[in-house]
Amino acid sequence: MNLIWIILFLVLAPFVGGLISGIDRIVTARMQGRVGPPILQPFYDIGKLFQKEKLRINGMQNFCILSYLVLIIVAGAIFFGGGDLLLVGFSLMLAHVFLVLAGETANSPYSHIGAQRELLQVMAVEPMLILYAVAFYIVAGSFTVATIIEHGALGISYIWLLPGVFFGLIYIFTIKLRKSPFDLSTSHHGHQELVKGLTTEISGPTFGLYEIAHLYEVVILLGMIGIFFAGAPLLCICALVLLYLLEVFVDCSTARVKWQLMVKSSWLVIGLVAFVNILALSLFW
Amino acid sequence: MSYITKSPWIIHYDASSCNGCDIEVLASLTPLYDVERFGIINTGNPKHADIFLITGSVNEQNKEIVQNIYAQMPEPKVVVAIGICASSGGVFRECYNVMGGVDKVIPVDVYVLGCAARPESIIDGVVKGLAVLEERQTALKEGRSIERKVVEVNRSAGKAESANESEVSL
Ligand code: SF4
Repeated sequence: MNLIWIILFLVLAPFVGGLISGIDRIVTARMQGRVGPPILQPFYDIGKLFQKEKLRINGMQNFCILSYLVLIIVAGAIFFGGGDLLLVGFSLMLAHVFLVLAGETANSPYSHIGAQRELLQVMAVEPMLILYAVAFYIVAGSFTVATIIEHGALGISYIWLLPGVFFGLIYIFTIKLRKSPFDLSTSHHGHQELVKGLTTEISGPTFGLYEIAHLYEVVILLGMIGIFFAGAPLLCICALVLLYLLEVFVDCSTARVKWQLMVKSSWLVIGLVAFVNILALSLFW
Repeated sequence: MSYITKSPWIIHYDASSCNGCDIEVLASLTPLYDVERFGIINTGNPKHADIFLITGSVNEQNKEIVQNIYAQMPEPKVVVAIGICASSGGVFRECYNVMGGVDKVIPVDVYVLGCAARPESIIDGVVKGLAVLEERQTALKEGRSIERKVVEVNRSAGKAESANESEVSL
């Protein structure tokens, strides 16, 4: 485990995540012909949330959101500390189980439906995270991120060996970013047909914690995509920027789909592209 | 430092408006006016909202809904009544079920006049509301009770000098 990277992640990730989401909002606005908010807007939003009145609906919800945040941070610390990819996947999943619980503790039907949709999103995403770890094990011979990066820095980038897995991960990236067309449980936009879905009953400082957890998660996901380009930092940054712009474009130009389509399509992509990629690798690698 | 003036989230409720004022509220979100420039987001959720934009007069049926939305908003919060209907009942004032302006059921901070209120006036009204929000935030922090200051925004607003502010004790 690399302590310096863990500390860097803990301290810098919210700032990096906030800047990314600030740029995201500006680019989104420009695509819609608007000017958009200032780049520091996500920080203003979170700052404001922490200054609002604490409206507790029950004792459980606050605990669940706090656990969500802590587990996301744990997942990120494992990843950036060079730990086990499987553990990263499991912590991310456990974090989202707590988020679902936070939605279920409230009495609002919007919150309940949002929580159920969040479970479906976890269901759509989880196979990909497992396959992702498996794919790297086949190629690099280890689940640990440190070894994977070392191994990648010597030879060719993983992207040429694992294009299918890469595509699958990009597909679920949209679900994870809560962007259209897969922003079912709660949207990062103003509101949707479920008011605010999962986060309807989460307000004030608790909602601020939720927002911070989301910023951490965005950084973890970008890191997970980044290791496909281990050994080629310039290519890595270019690819991440292009990818994020693509996500914003997809977000602006698609409408929300039904959950059936989300689960089926993501499983189809995972099964057809990522799994076949791994199958081919295990036969010929 | 107070972030609330930099990130006011609004909730918009149509009490019993003719929809004229609602269209103008939504027009403020379009590319031409783009209120997101000021960090304003139209959230549909009272628990996330700081500013309550309400159009149309209040009637016996939606009185409780209006009060409920207001009660669900965490402090500090501000109510902006948009259009003549929301301010006084307007042309619907004499109807058998209309109670009158929004201030009959919840305390209103900013009145935006006009039928329909223009998007410029609405944005002006929200910006006036920000000053009230900030004042309320400091009052909350210092544990003071909140004093109410009523602000009016005229139809021809957009120009600062035409905004007519008056102190009214409620
Ligand atoms: S003020 Fe005029 S436009 Fe607005 S709701 Fe009333 S009648 Fe309609």
